[in-house]
Amino acid sequence: MQIEEHLGSPRSAWTSGRGEMADVVVSSRSRLARNLEGFAFPGRLTSEIATQVLGRVQGAVQGFGSGWSFVKLSELSAVDRQVLVEKHLISPQQMQAPEQAALAVRDDEGLSLMVNEEDHLRLQAFRPGLAVRETLDEALRADDQLEETLDYAFTPELGYLTACPTNVGTGLRISVMLHLGGLVRTRGIAQLLQVLPKLGLAVRGLYGEGTEAAGDLFQISNQITLGQTEEEVAAAIERAAQQIIDQERAARRMLKEQALQQTQDRVYRAFGVLRYAQLLGGEEAMQLLSELRLGVEMGMLQVSPEVVNEMLVTALPGFLTRTMGHDLQTLEERAARARLIRERLQKEGI
Amino acid sequence: MQCQSCGLRPATVHVTRIVQGRVEQAHLCAQCAQESGEIDMLANPAALLQSLLANFAGQGQALQTDKETRCPSCGFRLSEFRETGLLGCPSCYAHFRTELEPMLRRLHGTTEHRGKLPLRRGGAFQRDRRLQTLRRELQQAVAREEYEQAARLRDELKQIEAEGG
Repeated sequence: MQIEEHLGSPRSAWTSGRGEMADVVVSSRSRLARNLEGFAFPGRLTSEIATQVLGRVQGAVQGFGSGWSFVKLSELSAVDRQVLVEKHLISPQQMQAPEQAALAVRDDEGLSLMVNEEDHLRLQAFRPGLAVRETLDEALRADDQLEETLDYAFTPELGYLTACPTNVGTGLRISVMLHLGGLVRTRGIAQLLQVLPKLGLAVRGLYGEGTEAAGDLFQISNQITLGQTEEEVAAAIERAAQQIIDQERAARRMLKEQALQQTQDRVYRAFGVLRYAQLLGGEEAMQLLSELRLGVEMGMLQVSPEVVNEMLVTALPGFLTRTMGHDLQTLEERAARARLIRERLQKEGI
Repeated sequence: MQCQSCGLRPATVHVTRIVQGRVEQAHLCAQCAQESGEIDMLANPAALLQSLLANFAGQGQALQTDKETRCPSCGFRLSEFRETGLLGCPSCYAHFRTELEPMLRRLHGTTEHRGKLPLRRGGAFQRDRRLQTLRRELQQAVAREEYEQAARLRDELKQIEAEGG
């Protein structure tokens, strides 16, 4: 598959709406940070040496066989890079596209590698729904395969050495993305946000560090990477996710029992606006899509969750600009967003 | 404003508590706040890293006047770490071990990796890990005056060391 096809489609490994606990969990991801022995970290590499790192990683990735594309970020436009961020294939930090930074991505986008980001290598496995173990296993298998040809910077005491000490050890960050529409509406979310950090878990918005929880989508992830085994981290995340799922479901039951009409009203109003509006702002679309998602999750609307996820990606600025083929003025952007969402719902026959 | 607890460092953490309906405020430095358990900075490594980097700042000045050391592999200086929060190369961990260890301890609660070992080179590391554990257990056994246990551990250690040649 060509990188163009990845850029042109709002679909990704995490957007299918399938998987376990899909009524609350959008996706699960495991990410491993690795560096090559004998090289400075990417932040201190000359372009020449960074090219060597890139070459080695590219060679190792060839071991994965066909069904992969490899692209240097400097060869992509800023809009294309933004699309990759929106699809969670590269990090927002990579928007600046340091020279010799690259992305390797499997056709289904379920496994990908960022090269020369903060670390030489960031390997990530993505799946829809709650699939913590599956993503961890997949990432670790790919890691073993890469290690057949790459010498990682590793010491028995500190584990895998990373540019930032917050990642050293396993280099593992597991995250689960959840839609907590019920908890946000019943105000249970504040308590949850206070408790999670005490369990060593971070809570972030849709696009990681420092981003707002737009569309009531929250990412929980582990903080500690040293002193715990990969399995312990996975078990802790899974346990926490399960508890949050239970709380979210309870909140939705409460909405059904105590505020059914109000909830239905909000869901159908959101549907109405998304179906017929001519201008939609980014934040507004996120909010409306969250209402719609909640309606789908609570069985009020017959829209596939995959369509909701695709509309979400479609409504993001990078994707929108790319679809329209040129930089958009504010009004134009809002019009395009509204039109694409209208058309998507129309296509579903609703 | 100085920290109310140590009176030395500037207060960067402001805690508001409600105790039996009364509002109480505390102004602490990051270190005292962490020690008092007022905030769990482990939950937020970015914030914790920032506060630890701030602590580094004081040391950094001393280091700079004192001919700051550089990592022999990549030429990296700790003052650069203070600015970016990133190290220069894998060898920086060994070279700046003394400075980094307290930070790692506060970030992760430990300085000992227990996770995956690289597959290809894992054998030797497995042995090292076992030796390390045994040495620590031996020390603890001696400290607790459990000499039988200590003797057993010492024998096991010797055996593994002998096997390794």
